[in-house]
Amino acid sequence: MTITLDACAAVLFGLGTYLVLQRKLSRIIIGLGLFTHGANVLLIASGRRGVPPIIGSDTGPMSDPLPQALVLTAIVISFAVTMFLLALAYRSWQLTDDDEVADDVADRMLSRDTSPGEDVADQAESMPEPVEVEVEEL
Amino acid sequence: MTRLVPLPLVLPLVGAAVAILTGRSRTIQRVVSLTVLSLTLVCSVILLVEVDRSGTLVAHGGGWAAPMGIVLVADRFAAVMLVVATAVLLAVAVFAIGEPSTERNHVAFQSVYLILAAGVSGAFLTGDLFNLFVSFELMLTASYVLITLGGRRAQVRSGMTYIVISLVASSLFVTALALLYAATGTLNMADLSTKIATVSPGLRQAFALLLLGVFGIKAAIFPLFFWLPDSYPLAPSPITAIFAGLLTKVGLYAIVRTQLLLFAPDLPTGVLLWVAGLTMVVGVLGAIAQDDLKRILSFTIVSQIGFMIMGLSFGTVAGIAALVYSMVHHVVVTTALFCAGGLVEFAGGSSQLKRIGAMLRSAPLVALLFLLPALSIAGIPPFSGFISKLSLVIAGFGANRAIIVSVALGVSLLTLYAMMRIWVGAFWSPHEESVPTVNPNQVGRFGAPALMIAPTAALVAATLVIAAAAGPIFSFSERTAADLAHPRTYVSAVIDR
Repeated sequence: MTITLDACAAVLFGLGTYLVLQRKLSRIIIGLGLFTHGANVLLIASGRRGVPPIIGSDTGPMSDPLPQALVLTAIVISFAVTMFLLALAYRSWQLTDDDEVADDVADRMLSRDTSPGEDVADQAESMPEPVEVEVEEL
Repeated sequence: MTRLVPLPLVLPLVGAAVAILTGRSRTIQRVVSLTVLSLTLVCSVILLVEVDRSGTLVAHGGGWAAPMGIVLVADRFAAVMLVVATAVLLAVAVFAIGEPSTERNHVAFQSVYLILAAGVSGAFLTGDLFNLFVSFELMLTASYVLITLGGRRAQVRSGMTYIVISLVASSLFVTALALLYAATGTLNMADLSTKIATVSPGLRQAFALLLLGVFGIKAAIFPLFFWLPDSYPLAPSPITAIFAGLLTKVGLYAIVRTQLLLFAPDLPTGVLLWVAGLTMVVGVLGAIAQDDLKRILSFTIVSQIGFMIMGLSFGTVAGIAALVYSMVHHVVVTTALFCAGGLVEFAGGSSQLKRIGAMLRSAPLVALLFLLPALSIAGIPPFSGFISKLSLVIAGFGANRAIIVSVALGVSLLTLYAMMRIWVGAFWSPHEESVPTVNPNQVGRFGAPALMIAPTAALVAATLVIAAAAGPIFSFSERTAADLAHPRTYVSAVIDR
């Protein structure tokens, strides 16, 4: 049983890592979801197996409820953060019409020339500033 | 007195709820935020005095005894970090209120800021690893919102990197927790500290390195720092200030706490030394290569983290004492420096060094407020940075680590060079004619609103106090280091009740 869970966690970690390394935001988010679930499955696997830990059911060894409580917390947290990421990805799509993760302007300037001339600096400044959309109130 | 221990965690959370409920009135929100942070500061100071006088305070959640129940532990290290963190949070809250930009007018700003404060307090006070994870998440989720507040394009891009990196780190943290729990059957740090001895040495080393990696991402140590100079500079100035001053130090606190409490006998000294050296060197070289004020400062904090890891890597009480003093100094001085950087950006109209200049004449007070923490972080006497570096160097020679000490001294010199580049670029050099001028926001006599100047001045004054009161603070650091080096006191305070 633990082997199944561990193998499952391994597969989730592997797929998650592969997807996080992609350049499309949607894939990164799905990858992160898989990655966090890998961690959660591993957390479940860290507990002991057995009958439900309820008073009265004293046949055989009881299962360890602590990892299950922990994993619930971890799931809720990763759920919330994933939702925030999705909202941010939508915002990014609104602003750029693209799903791709953009390069850092300053990094590009540095790699082009160690001391960027005024024209490059101006380009960076005159990058199409997005239309200021009022952020919806929480 | 034990009742005071949960308050630094509870007060900001209650304040956050009240602030979001009173969202219609900015004034009430600000009053709530400042009141809560002031109360938290008072609580933290009382805790610090009490803990220093009569030993570690432990609060048991729901009255359950230690390994089973949830504990909050205020020992000297936690209490001093709590005081410094809350003071800095309060100063930056005032700075954010003073800064006239759209971000601070956001309805969620104050409540998210208070949640960040609760997360920071929780990370310092918690006595078990899982609640450390929860506190980290509280703090990080708040930071995700703050770093993207305003939703500009560059912010969304850099915020995305920041969130993805942090989320991967958090997942690794959960993985580490799962493995630790499977190996030992507990996540209470005091309990783990004794039970980890049953684990084989190889596995122990693996856990030490895994936790170092997890917290290393948050603390921005050498191979894992790349996200920091990319994401911090794009957030609004008060938010960058609080992130730079606090968040990396919370990661560092977690490194120090876990390494010394759980893995003290076989600290991965070799790894820590290399990490410290590379963090210092790469960070400062990055700072020199940059051309933007906030980016130079961001790389500088990476390099300064290396100094503190160096203090840990000596593994001696003197090294840890120097580390504690450096952390106190560094939280305050970094926040002061970033607030001053925010003032420069505000008064000069840009943070690109090519676009600003001659501000010594147009905003002399801003120049002074920048110069003092800049000299301090570079380690020039008589500022607190000098005492921090001196104690680290003495500890290094005491531990026979001459090579890393000489690297550190070289890095200090380069830090001074990076700071002087900002000084020359922003304050001394004339405006370049060829560069299109930016319109500076000159407000009032000082070049910026009084509510931005006052907290920055208070932080700068605090760095001077840390230098002037170096004697008492350092002897306190030595007591803290003695506690940290002998985990038995911590363990007996938590378990034997």
